Amino acid sequence: MSELLGYPFMQRALIAALLTGLMAPAIGTYIVQRRLSLLGDGLGHVAIAGIGLALVARQAPIPVAVVVCVLGAVLVEVLRQQGKATGDVGLAILFYGGLAAGVLMSGIAGAGAGTLAQYLFGSLTTVTRADLVLVGVLALLVLVPAIGLAPQLFAVSTDEDFARVQGLPVRFYNLLIVTLAAVTVTLAMRTVGLLLVSALMVVPVAAAHNLVRGFFNMLGCAMAIGVVVSLAGAAGSYYADTAPGALIVVLAIVVFAVSWPASVLRDRWRRRLELPELAETAEEELAVPHVAAGTHPHVHGPGCGHREVQHGDHTDFIHEGHLHAQHADHYDEH
Amino acid sequence: MPLTEVLAVQDLTVELGGLPVLRRIDLRVGQGETVALMGGNGSGKSTLVRALLRLIPAERGTIRLFGTPLADFRDWSRIGYVPQRSTVTQSAATVREVVAAGRLARRMPFVPKRAADRQAVAEALNAVGMADRAGSELSRLSGGQQQRVLIARALASEADLLVLDEPTAGVDLAHQRILAGLIEGLVGAGRSALIVLHEVGPLRELIDRATVLQEGRVIHDGPLGELSELRLGRHEHEGAVTDDRWLEGTVER
Repeated sequence: MSELLGYPFMQRALIAALLTGLMAPAIGTYIVQRRLSLLGDGLGHVAIAGIGLALVARQAPIPVAVVVCVLGAVLVEVLRQQGKATGDVGLAILFYGGLAAGVLMSGIAGAGAGTLAQYLFGSLTTVTRADLVLVGVLALLVLVPAIGLAPQLFAVSTDEDFARVQGLPVRFYNLLIVTLAAVTVTLAMRTVGLLLVSALMVVPVAAAHNLVRGFFNMLGCAMAIGVVVSLAGAAGSYYADTAPGALIVVLAIVVFAVSWPASVLRDRWRRRLELPELAETAEEELAVPHVAAGTHPHVHGPGCGHREVQHGDHTDFIHEGHLHAQHADHYDEH
Repeated sequence: MPLTEVLAVQDLTVELGGLPVLRRIDLRVGQGETVALMGGNGSGKSTLVRALLRLIPAERGTIRLFGTPLADFRDWSRIGYVPQRSTVTQSAATVREVVAAGRLARRMPFVPKRAADRQAVAEALNAVGMADRAGSELSRLSGGQQQRVLIARALASEADLLVLDEPTAGVDLAHQRILAGLIEGLVGAGRSALIVLHEVGPLRELIDRATVLQEGRVIHDGPLGELSELRLGRHEHEGAVTDDRWLEGTVER
């Protein structure tokens, strides 16, 4: 490990990974909340056009890509706000246009496929000192609003109408979210890479959702997971001699896979705690006769094949012409 | 004695996609008044609410909140909006986090929550009887409980006018009675309320006046008792809705 930290290029790569691990899940939390999970992926494609442009113009890739990606993000958001991007087609054209333009321009610039690949999946050895300074400054510019404006951004991403009636500048905040997402995506190109960055925005958030309760806890937990997998992935890829992005994303998915059974256990525990309260509310309403279903080996759940029906405060499952509702360790007839 | 005007809508016309949805609407709510906004599906109730909260633009007419034209109105903490429950994104958010969003009209960006904010959230949760569920995820609560949380969020800003969009939709009769008692207590404390309703149900007792829309026009404005079934056509808003019919309604949704 000390050998690893001895290399200046690894020090730079690890700092870049740390910052990406903080930023991507922080913005990802809002993006996921707004059901735009794949926005990061699309913006990654737009950033590729920026790389191509930088190669043609012989400029440093990160600044050019940031500008191009932010412009693309603002365009997408303005179209969405005007209700013109309701179909996915406009977005698809923009995103794939970005990818195609990037490949085309890098070809014109005489750069091979390998040059582009280092931006697509990350590359530890390419983080220059100038890159790191820029990444550090922009990371600060992303993290300060992402955390400082968390209550406002939370309100805008979960209930836009209510936020507007609270007098919040909803349009501005929406533009801010996509702009921060665009900057994050571009800065991640050295570590996870443009094609995999979306995973680092979404997967830690999904894992955190399984592990903790509450939006702000989820934000913090997702950032912690992001940092751990980014650092471990960057360090591990040095030993495995592989693209860091691939390992970072695989590690994030491992964390998600582990968090899933944890959430099932937590739900079971919670249900045990919350059952007495539910029984109480049921009493004050109507006394429903309690009829337990006979021997019932099948376990109902979402997608178990039985149609689900919302019934007051719980879900019933239509089972051979009658309704089954879960009650502690058995099912009731409803 | 004339009531202090809280909400006044005059000659309002709203178009959606070029089609007039609301035509020459007049609506007013005085201080301490509870007004029901009624009408069948597609009569324009929700559109009217959205227009007077500036969520959609008006084609023509004037809207005044607390005597101020809507375009100049900035005092948003005086409005407590309770949207339809189905429009709220189901997220990981806890009850306390959702209710705290109701303080945003009074908070500056980048300034952390103050003691007054925490206290207002706690009081709002107490008022709706949900204080013991503050740490639960909203998505795990029953429909009636979620509705109470959304009302608490509107109360957290210490609003003077509550605008409730179908608060009883998808809520069973027992919980509708709880909601009715809750709203009655709030209005009794000097607030005003505009309640969008599809069916009157247990809220009947607390309604001072009803404005009824049909196809985007006001067809009745006055006490509920004056409403005749004939004027309302097929949609029956009058009288006791039997439990059976109520249940049919929920299944449709």
